[in-house]
Amino acid sequence: MKLAFITGIGLLFIMAVAASCQSDEQIEFKRYYSSGSVLYLAHCQNCHGEKGEGLQALIPPLTDSVFLKQNRSSLACYLKNGLKGKLSIAGREFEGEMPAAADLSPIEVAKVLTYITNSFGNKQGLINLQQVQADLKECK
Amino acid sequence: MKNIICALIIIALYSSCKSGNSTPATLPILGNREPVTKTVNGKPVTDTVYSTIPAFKFVNQYADTITNKSLDGKIYVADFFFTTCPSICPVMHRNMLNVYKEFKADDNFRIISHTIDPKYDTVPVLKKYADKLGISGNTWWLLHGTKEDTYQIAKKYLVSVQEKNPQGEYIHDGYFILVDKQKRLRGTYDGTDPAQVTKLIADIKTLKTEPDQVAAK
Repeated sequence: MKLAFITGIGLLFIMAVAASCQSDEQIEFKRYYSSGSVLYLAHCQNCHGEKGEGLQALIPPLTDSVFLKQNRSSLACYLKNGLKGKLSIAGREFEGEMPAAADLSPIEVAKVLTYITNSFGNKQGLINLQQVQADLKECK
Repeated sequence: MKNIICALIIIALYSSCKSGNSTPATLPILGNREPVTKTVNGKPVTDTVYSTIPAFKFVNQYADTITNKSLDGKIYVADFFFTTCPSICPVMHRNMLNVYKEFKADDNFRIISHTIDPKYDTVPVLKKYADKLGISGNTWWLLHGTKEDTYQIAKKYLVSVQEKNPQGEYIHDGYFILVDKQKRLRGTYDGTDPAQVTKLIADIKTLKTEPDQVAAK
């Protein structure tokens, strides 16, 4: 009886630790996501739209989860240096130029990417500062 | 006594309803105005002259010449943009598409968008932009002209456009200007604000029912 009680307490403790760990991650994610939404409004929304819908055949939407997943490690460079040329997004061809958001700091890039890749039907989880810093070193 | 009060209330309610319905909504006339006194049948008559959009000549995305005559008998909306504009133009034309969709079946309605970067936005560039925007037919014209002509006419629409700033950006405001069949300014709307563009659509419908507009050819 006593053993069962101690085991029970132990299990509860482990569960509590696990739960608090997870919520730490969640808090970090939420922090990135909510600052990211403010940055999106200031830097991206005019062209890409409130719902990431883009604009007809002029500006690509941000709803193509496959494209965002496949190019996950290049996204930081796209923001920082701009993007030019032909792109196939959501089964459609786009050709134009996205201006560089050179004034965004790496932490801001991480936040806005976390917002974009977890909105508009995307669900990729956190893109943190460390990942963005690593990705930016690999820009072509 | 009770009956009199009842009757008064009914009359009050009735007249309040009536006054609400009897005055048709009209839009204000914007811009400078001046009184002009003429002599008609030997008597002086004072009339108000409103400022109007003067004669102009531009070329649209189909390389057709568009003049003030092309807009005779038409209500239209004007704005100023350029195709490589990274800031407010996409949101303006996302909103303008709603105006286009609402009135594209009406041959007495037009949208004109003047490019303020005629050097880059040549006629083929404007055509490509129109195609990508998904607009066709003659409802929405993208107009090319000299920089001087475009900047001059912008002033008549009370819109502010300027030369490139040191960062290489054009400064212009995102207003949509509503013009009636007599080429008088009837409203200005922030084209970057979807709520204002919804109001523009409602105002165009109001304007179309004004006696002056119904009669004008």
